[in-house]
Amino acid sequence: MLEIPELLNNLEAELKQLIDQRQLLNPLMLGIRTGGVWIAEQMHTRLAISEPLGLLDISFYRDDFSQIGVNPKVKPSHLPAHIEGRDIILIDDVFYTGRTIRAALNEIFDYGRPNQVILGVLIERDGRQIPLNPDCVGARIILNTGQRIKLTGPEPLTIHLETLAKEA
Amino acid sequence: MTNNLQLNAEGKLKHFLSIEGLSKSLLIEILDTAESFASMSEQQVKKVPLLRGKTIVNLFFENSTRTRTTFELAATRLSADVINMNIATSATSKGESLLDTIRNLEAMFVDMFVVRHALSGAAHFIAQQTAPHISVINAGDGQHAHPTQAMLDMFTIRQLKPDFSSLRVAIIGDILHSRVARSEIQALNTLGAAEVRVIAPKTLLPAHVESLGVSVSHNLTAGLKDIDVVMMLRLQKERMSSALLPSESEYFKCFGLTEEKLKIAKPDAIVMHPGPINRGVEIDSKVANGPQSVILKQVSNGIAVRMAIMAMAMQTAPGKSPVTGAVQ
Repeated sequence: MLEIPELLNNLEAELKQLIDQRQLLNPLMLGIRTGGVWIAEQMHTRLAISEPLGLLDISFYRDDFSQIGVNPKVKPSHLPAHIEGRDIILIDDVFYTGRTIRAALNEIFDYGRPNQVILGVLIERDGRQIPLNPDCVGARIILNTGQRIKLTGPEPLTIHLETLAKEA
Repeated sequence: MTNNLQLNAEGKLKHFLSIEGLSKSLLIEILDTAESFASMSEQQVKKVPLLRGKTIVNLFFENSTRTRTTFELAATRLSADVINMNIATSATSKGESLLDTIRNLEAMFVDMFVVRHALSGAAHFIAQQTAPHISVINAGDGQHAHPTQAMLDMFTIRQLKPDFSSLRVAIIGDILHSRVARSEIQALNTLGAAEVRVIAPKTLLPAHVESLGVSVSHNLTAGLKDIDVVMMLRLQKERMSSALLPSESEYFKCFGLTEEKLKIAKPDAIVMHPGPINRGVEIDSKVANGPQSVILKQVSNGIAVRMAIMAMAMQTAPGKSPVTGAVQ
């Protein structure tokens, strides 16, 4: 039911429409590591964005640090020198609770005050815990309790629907 | 007992007191985590919110510039609040006991003590006595241990020479009084270095030094052969109560590292020094400033490594309250 090429086409179309609608001349695209970067690379090419893709690693901004600790393999974020006043297109793979996006926004705003931030995701699933919404999506789905969606990549990009064992 | 004190029930780092008793995998986890923080130093915004709302007390009963400053920088880059206790002007000098000082600071709701003390075992003692939610980091205790210095040196070595199993390391100088040397030897042996060689006059070596897992040389010229990493130690004048050496100039002649002597080591050998440097006593200025010296790299790496250790020690077990330790 979820075909990657179709989802990418949908997301591209929605982003294109919003970019036109808001008349963004020189947007800056940021991908969230790891899955979001794979999607962002595709969108960056398809939408012919001139400025290099920015990379965001939100590990140090997670709100569950005290529970899960530090991930020892955090890669550096690569943000351009000037975030101030920019139109940012933030890309992630799966939108679920919204906590990743909260962390990403915090990191972005530590670097400056953008003019606006647009959020595009390949898949939006149910289970939101924070009042945030994606602006552009490839597909919206509702999963059963205990189901989880995961993206692997970058070549090939594949969607995995997993059913988790019930927690003890 | 002393080994378990450093780990929580899940085997994660709780206190960082000594390299002794920590596994190779934990040391590697520290180095990997530090790698993440090291790349942060080059970013425009050198601050992350990991320890926001936490209070860290730098409890320095002994003078330090480099260590205290890098601990403070590391804590502030993790967004913790830092208090520097200047013990020389504090209640301790008015006769307050160490335990009373700790109890009073606990009553101010602090989360971590970074301790430097002239007495061996001081950090262990505080870790044993303090409230369960508080973590203790040893920033040097007497002649016992200086584990964060050892880890930042391991980190620096790994950046330049990633394979410990082929590494021959010489530690040169005042081994007897050096907590740095003890921690370095333990860290290098835990990480599986091919050889740790100590080079010093007999008077500056502890008895039965071989039992630490090192080979011994009393001659710098012979001892430097095949060495990949040259670790110089400071001649600790302030700890030298009895006449262990004829004179500083005599020491430099026999054990001071000069460009000539460095040529005996491998051509790509690196030169390290934990600081502060006594130029012209244990190391020639030309070597300290030379192309093989990584002394300032060690200082920079101290921030990332201390960030990693502080962040790791502050993580609480899942589902447990950090204050009571009880399952919620």
